[in-house]
Amino acid sequence: MADGLLIIGSSQAGVSLATSLRALGYDDPITLLGDENHRPYQRPALSKEWLQGEITNESLMFRTHDYWVEHRIDVVKNERIIRIEKRDDGSGVAHSLSGARFAFDRLALGVGARPRRLLLDGVDLPGVLYLRNADDALELKARVPDVRDVVVIGGGFIGIEAAASLNRMGRRVTLLEAATRLVPRAVGEETSAYLLDHHRAAGIDVVLEAGVRRIVPRGDRVGGVELSDGRVVAADLVLVGVGVIPNTELAESIGLVCDNGVRVDECALASDGVTVAVGDCANLPNPVPGAPQGDRVRFESVNNAIEQAKVAAYAITGRREEYARIPWFWSNQGDVKLQIAGLSTGHDRTLVRGDAERGKHSVLYYRGDRVLAADCINHPLDFMAVRNALSKGLSIPYDAAADPSVSLKSVTVDPTALVGAD
Amino acid sequence: MPKVTYTDHTGESRIVEANVGDSVMETAVRSGVPGIVAECGGSLSCATCHVYVDEAGLASLPPRAEMEDEMLWGTAEDRRDNSRLSCQLRVTDGCDLRVTTPATQV
Repeated sequence: MADGLLIIGSSQAGVSLATSLRALGYDDPITLLGDENHRPYQRPALSKEWLQGEITNESLMFRTHDYWVEHRIDVVKNERIIRIEKRDDGSGVAHSLSGARFAFDRLALGVGARPRRLLLDGVDLPGVLYLRNADDALELKARVPDVRDVVVIGGGFIGIEAAASLNRMGRRVTLLEAATRLVPRAVGEETSAYLLDHHRAAGIDVVLEAGVRRIVPRGDRVGGVELSDGRVVAADLVLVGVGVIPNTELAESIGLVCDNGVRVDECALASDGVTVAVGDCANLPNPVPGAPQGDRVRFESVNNAIEQAKVAAYAITGRREEYARIPWFWSNQGDVKLQIAGLSTGHDRTLVRGDAERGKHSVLYYRGDRVLAADCINHPLDFMAVRNALSKGLSIPYDAAADPSVSLKSVTVDPTALVGAD
Repeated sequence: MPKVTYTDHTGESRIVEANVGDSVMETAVRSGVPGIVAECGGSLSCATCHVYVDEAGLASLPPRAEMEDEMLWGTAEDRRDNSRLSCQLRVTDGCDLRVTTPATQV
């Protein structure tokens, strides 16, 4: 075992896999390879605190140089793998665009996802940007001083976070969302409505059910966005955030089964039974305990990248640990701190707990008497209570939770203890 | 250089030199100090950077803001009077802070 593990992708999932392996005592060589010309860094703040200048480049770094050296993790920057030869035992060689070769005994894919591109006239004009990695963010930040009008296309988390940041930075921001509400895939209607009111009140011009016809030039660069009703919204800068596509090309080229991501099992093992795939690129069995058999998910979240990498690390060291966790997510949008615990899929009723005076608000999602998830806005107390209850298999009875003056923690009960209580 | 001493729940200590302005969480994570997870990278969203601050250092720290206080009610290991989220603690010039990490953060 001279070549060790090659991890392609040095963002959250790849970094978590490497650090988890060393924490478990894995002793083989680890190569952590990324295609960007940056040391491994954290992405979430790029659309928020970093864009607004609240934190430095250095605070985005995952680890110090000394850490990588001390833990014998060979961090390779700026190498894009374009071809992989893999043998049946899982070993092989990866070839990069620059002509370098990386031999491995075992391969891990943490190759992430890329922004979905708009296919419209004018999308190639200077000033039409996407936001996924540090170079995207550096370009965006560099342009902001010369910009007055911004149009953000896409009312998902990235779009709203960037819109809120740019609005705070004094830019005139229009946010276009094709659906009838904001973040339709990730939060429920009550939360969407709250976010809409909040961001409009903060000064963002949010347009729902917006059809985008084309990007309009002004001279040789972007000048505006033409909507399907013919209206043109002026823009010195257009930021597109309309979702991502998992990077499955390398996996497909070595024969791994892919379907909205690289298909993996509960232990993050791909269809060859050896290669692991972690993070945004992986399509995995729903890790929520009690989820329907066969239900599969693909997450775009830090929490998933960390937790899935842990089970992958166990798999690589020969121990079978199945991924069973409650996912959670966060999104800081200007003055809104949104924290989501669990997955609301399959809920049949909601419960809104609010303290409007203090801008605190949570939506709990129930199926029958079982709480499935919560969207919490500026309400960490509810978020932590629901996340902890779900993680421990405890229950928060609907009727008890309906009283906004009680803490959810105080009404959390063990459902198994109720059986036969009378 | 300011420094932070991290002691884990078994009593093992590690001293890390810190940069002024960095958080006690960043200082630990970047150097790979075990016992602090910090999933959210310091945006006060996850409560996995919980520490118990040595009594001698407590008074020198700014009090908890409301969000930090609320998050601390949900930490994996129960809060105590000296509980803080280390992402909210900034290293200051000449500081010599001592913190203990809980047995688990998740």
